[in-house]
Amino acid sequence: MARRERPLSPFMQYRWLYSNTLSILHRLTGILLSAGFLLLVYWLVAAARGAESYERALSCLASIPMQVILAGVLWSWCYHLLNGVRHLCWDVGIGFELRVARLSGWVVAIASLALAVVLWFVLHGGFGEVA
Amino acid sequence: MSLTSPLGRVLGLGSAKEGSRHWYAQRLSAIALAILGIWFVVALAGLDGVDLDRVRTWLSAPLTTTLLLLMIGTLAWHTILGLQVVIEDYVGSRGLRVALLIAMKFGFVLAAVAGAIAVLRLAVGVPA
Repeated sequence: MARRERPLSPFMQYRWLYSNTLSILHRLTGILLSAGFLLLVYWLVAAARGAESYERALSCLASIPMQVILAGVLWSWCYHLLNGVRHLCWDVGIGFELRVARLSGWVVAIASLALAVVLWFVLHGGFGEVA
Repeated sequence: MSLTSPLGRVLGLGSAKEGSRHWYAQRLSAIALAILGIWFVVALAGLDGVDLDRVRTWLSAPLTTTLLLLMIGTLAWHTILGLQVVIEDYVGSRGLRVALLIAMKFGFVLAAVAGAIAVLRLAVGVPA
């Protein structure tokens, strides 16, 4: 018997709305954070290997492309954390009303950007030349 | 030996064959990471520079060592659960999907163990 083309779930056909934009952003930021986890391990391993390899790791992390990635990881963390709390609230049944869900979506989007900017400058001061 | 009947053992497990275990673990690790993540960012902000001596001193405090090890483990766990869903959702070919899942899980467990050993070495001051 010939295999029939199975229908796909219609995930590519939905209208582009705030809700599915925020939802896909949760996944994208999660993927970026996985890269961030690997960078954290890189930093720790370099430190454990001694001063020379630590210096090399710091200058690598201070390069412009790495700084862009680190900024992305920082914002991803802010977004994933705030939107994650939003998801946990839904899991216990809070905030499902359309108006509330839309409002919390906007709050998460704007607050994550604001938090990322603040944290960037706070960490920048602490890290000196690194971040 | 389990006294559960064969029917009782499979009831509620669904097509994923593990019931709500994945869903629950993802939420549990999310709550833990919200706490550990905020601790980590606040601690980093308070570190005032990341030169090696300062990082060593910071890491050798027992509370820092404990929380950082917990964070590495939970982070790897949550990452694996999350990337698993992404791969299962978007990779169509069965062979590639299974290969990617295995490689991803191996990779993040490897990273977690490497990170944990680095923390321990820094914490107890093993010479590089």
